[in-house]
Amino acid sequence: MNKQILSAILLILAASAQAETVFVTLEKDNALAIVDPIAGELIKTVEVGQRPRGIAISPDNKVIYIATSDDNIIKMIDTETLKEIGTLPSGDDPETFALNPKGDTLYISNEDDSRVTVMDIAKKKVIKQIQVGVEPEGITVSPDSRWVVSASETTNMLHWIDAKTNIIVENTLVDARPRAVTFTSDSKFAWATSEMASSLSIVDASTKQIVKRITFEVQGVTKDKIQPVGVVIDKENKRGYVALGPANRVAVINAKTYEVEKYLLVGQRVWNLAFSPDQKRLYTTNGVSNDISIIDLDNLTVTKSLGVGNYPWGVAVKP
Amino acid sequence: MRSIKMLPRLAWIIFIIFQLVASNFLFAKGKQVIKIAYLTQTQKVRPVLSNLDPVIENKGVLGAELAIEDNNTTGEYTKQKFFLEKFIIPVDGNVVDTFNKQIAKKYAFVVTNLASDVTNKVADLDAAKAILLFDVATIDDALRNQDCRANVLHLLPSRAMRADALAQYMMKKRWTKWFLVVGNTEEDKLYAEATKRAAKKFNMKIVQEKTWEHTFDARRTAQSDVAVFTQLDEDYEVLVVADEQGEFGEYLDYRTWIPRPVIGTQGLVATSWHRAHEQWGATQIQNRFKEKAGRWMEEQDYGAYLAVRAIGEAATRAKSNELKPIKDYLLSDQFALQGYKGTSLSFRSWDHQLRQPVLLAAPRSLVAVAPIEGFLHPKTELDTLGYDQPETECKWSKSGE
Repeated sequence: MNKQILSAILLILAASAQAETVFVTLEKDNALAIVDPIAGELIKTVEVGQRPRGIAISPDNKVIYIATSDDNIIKMIDTETLKEIGTLPSGDDPETFALNPKGDTLYISNEDDSRVTVMDIAKKKVIKQIQVGVEPEGITVSPDSRWVVSASETTNMLHWIDAKTNIIVENTLVDARPRAVTFTSDSKFAWATSEMASSLSIVDASTKQIVKRITFEVQGVTKDKIQPVGVVIDKENKRGYVALGPANRVAVINAKTYEVEKYLLVGQRVWNLAFSPDQKRLYTTNGVSNDISIIDLDNLTVTKSLGVGNYPWGVAVKP
Repeated sequence: MRSIKMLPRLAWIIFIIFQLVASNFLFAKGKQVIKIAYLTQTQKVRPVLSNLDPVIENKGVLGAELAIEDNNTTGEYTKQKFFLEKFIIPVDGNVVDTFNKQIAKKYAFVVTNLASDVTNKVADLDAAKAILLFDVATIDDALRNQDCRANVLHLLPSRAMRADALAQYMMKKRWTKWFLVVGNTEEDKLYAEATKRAAKKFNMKIVQEKTWEHTFDARRTAQSDVAVFTQLDEDYEVLVVADEQGEFGEYLDYRTWIPRPVIGTQGLVATSWHRAHEQWGATQIQNRFKEKAGRWMEEQDYGAYLAVRAIGEAATRAKSNELKPIKDYLLSDQFALQGYKGTSLSFRSWDHQLRQPVLLAAPRSLVAVAPIEGFLHPKTELDTLGYDQPETECKWSKSGE
């Protein structure tokens, strides 16, 4: 047996033994990086299509969905073979999308058309296109599957779409240029980052009103560099984490008191965040330094940074 | 009550119609209405150096229209409706007359795309006291300093901001010895002044300054004339050209006596917007504008877009259609306008200049974005460009406030 094949098999075995794989979309390389975070190694890089950005994994961990923005489609990749197994028609310029908890519907932001496309994955068919504010970007589905929330960057709003009817029922005005939105695991609150206002708005899902507004301040960094983007909250609703873009930091927020507990220095222009399956680690994509940072959440320290390729954008983790 | 009883029937009907019209005017179908006027005067077309680029006559207005659409998308959700009325005055028309008769008392917000002197003439009218003007055309530093007006906001970067942006980049490159070539118009002299100010501020050396006299037909003899013109005793690292109308500047590159890059109004230019700009979501607005206009977005379009978006943003946040709350919000610390430049834009309180990054662009590529990294400021690095608070000569003495 060829040495290279042998080492490849060993690598795969090692990876499956650790049973955790991080997938990173590389916007500029038109590729997907596959990382073993425990070994701290880039396993390999596969081509996926033009300008890949948004990424998600199906609930059964079998399929990776990737928005290849310049191809105007969403690609489906097999998580084991890493081969393309299909495409979904996404409408123009898909950047981000959200998968519902059941894993049968995709909600896609079409930035240029100010629309959200609702897609039946099994039928590969568009169910509906919903007109939203100008330049929709961040999108999420509440864990109880009740709400789809779309954030429009220029209209500065969160649009609350009823997931049953696909109709906007309410809107929340937030700070300038909302980028990302996510729910607490109990679906009671939505957290939305505002890139141009250095802030995070926490919105009560029952009233759709902002209950808390957090403004980030980092010593030695001017306000205009603090541009909150990706946001995640742990399952116990203990802490939330916000990527601060060119401030090169991740803010750690106490999800009960809403106090900012710490700012962690990561790579340059930190975009998106994802937890490890056991929620002991957080992975960040750093768009300018071309690496990912691994944060140990027990000690709140950055343990490693790992070069992955050009313009790492989205990140998803398979157990 | 008796007086109402005595009103004849006809008067009653007129009264009721008036009420209906008035309420409609203020609340279109239960919506708060914000009316914006766009005022411009057609400029005389100056002779152009070449026929490469089509002459664009509607710079500005399409940006305002795109922004009205964006405002109204937001308005759908906030129950506000924005209207844009355009007043386009011919070259020999009377701007003041139109302003007094058709705009005064009807509009609180007016986007002006006018020459510098006309801008201040309008700002000084009695009728303009209760109006906020959004200047999307001038780049004069005087209008932001000694000739500033409290009822005017300036959307485009001033000459000083542009010159500082170039100087920062030159400092980063360590191209610190400049040869300044100035055209013979008033604007060229102002551009040269801004360049000299920037050179002083960033410790650059202007080794020589020369005026371009237009004594020959550049199209025919540039090859030999520019070479002679640029032969200096002292060496320099860049040639800075001040030729705002583009009468000769394009002929300098590749024709200088020694190989030196050209920057300023030609070559590497400092601008608020450029077709090569695609970062920070700029691709989206470039696409949306092109689809609407069938051409690239020009600086005045960008300025007018920002002006109308600023009104929209402030009206939405202040939940108002009135001058005072909207103006207060525009000038407050909370105001953060998204302008596709990677940082939020806001107005400087001391001269009402919109603080913004300045793009440094070659004809087909974006070279850098100022403020250049490393130029620091205690409040915001954007204030390393142009006149900062301690330097301002603006005193709000005339109009408004």
